[in-house]
Amino acid sequence: MLNGMVGRKLGMTQIFTATGERIPVTVVEVGPVTVVQVKTAANDGYDAVQVGFDPITHENRVNKPTRGHFKGVAPTKVLREFRADAGEAVQPGQTFDLSMFAVGEKVDVIGISKGKGFQGVIKRHHFAGGPAAHGSRFHRRPGSIGNRTFPGRVFKNKRMPGHQGARRVTIQNLVISRLVPERNLILIRGAIPSHTGAVVEIRKARKVAAAKA
Amino acid sequence: MRRQQIEWLEAAELRKGLPELAIGAQVKVNYRIREGEKERVQAFAGVLIRRHDGQSHLTSTFTVRKVTQGFGVERIFPTHSPLIESVEVLRRGKVRRAKLYYLRQLRGKKARLRELVNA
Repeated sequence: MLNGMVGRKLGMTQIFTATGERIPVTVVEVGPVTVVQVKTAANDGYDAVQVGFDPITHENRVNKPTRGHFKGVAPTKVLREFRADAGEAVQPGQTFDLSMFAVGEKVDVIGISKGKGFQGVIKRHHFAGGPAAHGSRFHRRPGSIGNRTFPGRVFKNKRMPGHQGARRVTIQNLVISRLVPERNLILIRGAIPSHTGAVVEIRKARKVAAAKA
Repeated sequence: MRRQQIEWLEAAELRKGLPELAIGAQVKVNYRIREGEKERVQAFAGVLIRRHDGQSHLTSTFTVRKVTQGFGVERIFPTHSPLIESVEVLRRGKVRRAKLYYLRQLRGKKARLRELVNA
């Protein structure tokens, strides 16, 4: 069995429970995905299932090498891999949809976080900064980054300004609030990484799976 | 398309039959509350001083202000909450702004709104 799905983040809204509680949810359009390739330890060094998401409607937009990779399967815009146990009965061409998930189940969501650009140390590392006024000329700077002749260098991983966001982020143990199979929608409680419209991976919560095993 | 999917989801949750909640109106919100095992309806009457996010949106809220024993009390209600039994508009106020925060500064006779005749 596949342990995850590929989807597209649609945005956030809220739903009400019967007791009137408001639950903030992120709406994700997931799958269906088609198995494109089954990787095996013997062949590829590890066991995984590669799936395709979001079919390409115009066949002439697929070049020949790509078409070769998709042999016997409809080409898709997105390819993602999920680790699988060896010897699992998954064949190329097989499709999966959100029926693998259940309401109340915990999932991990992986996406590319929103890019923040080059950011200073206050936003990036939550430094305190200095006073805004009263003669202070030290406002948003990082301050000292080390000592003197000893050690004579700046330590590795010193927190400094730099690029923030736009990296792969995993949020673990989010709860599925609702499933809408007829529209392939999944409602996840809380926020997930990535901007609206981006491709995200949803997999069964790894820590929950580990606890069961 | 993305927005449409969300609007479709929200449409199923929206409440129908609420009156138009105009700013400045004197309203009575009948709100269901739980007391232990029992459930009863509590009324909260006051002036509608703020709407957030538009009435047709699921995430919208509105704020009702009343003055009890000299203390101003404001309550924020989610417009589409299933806990709202009903909302009665008792009287429509003639106001010239969208948020009536200035009422917080006023006491007694000054904190009145003129009624909106002919709607």
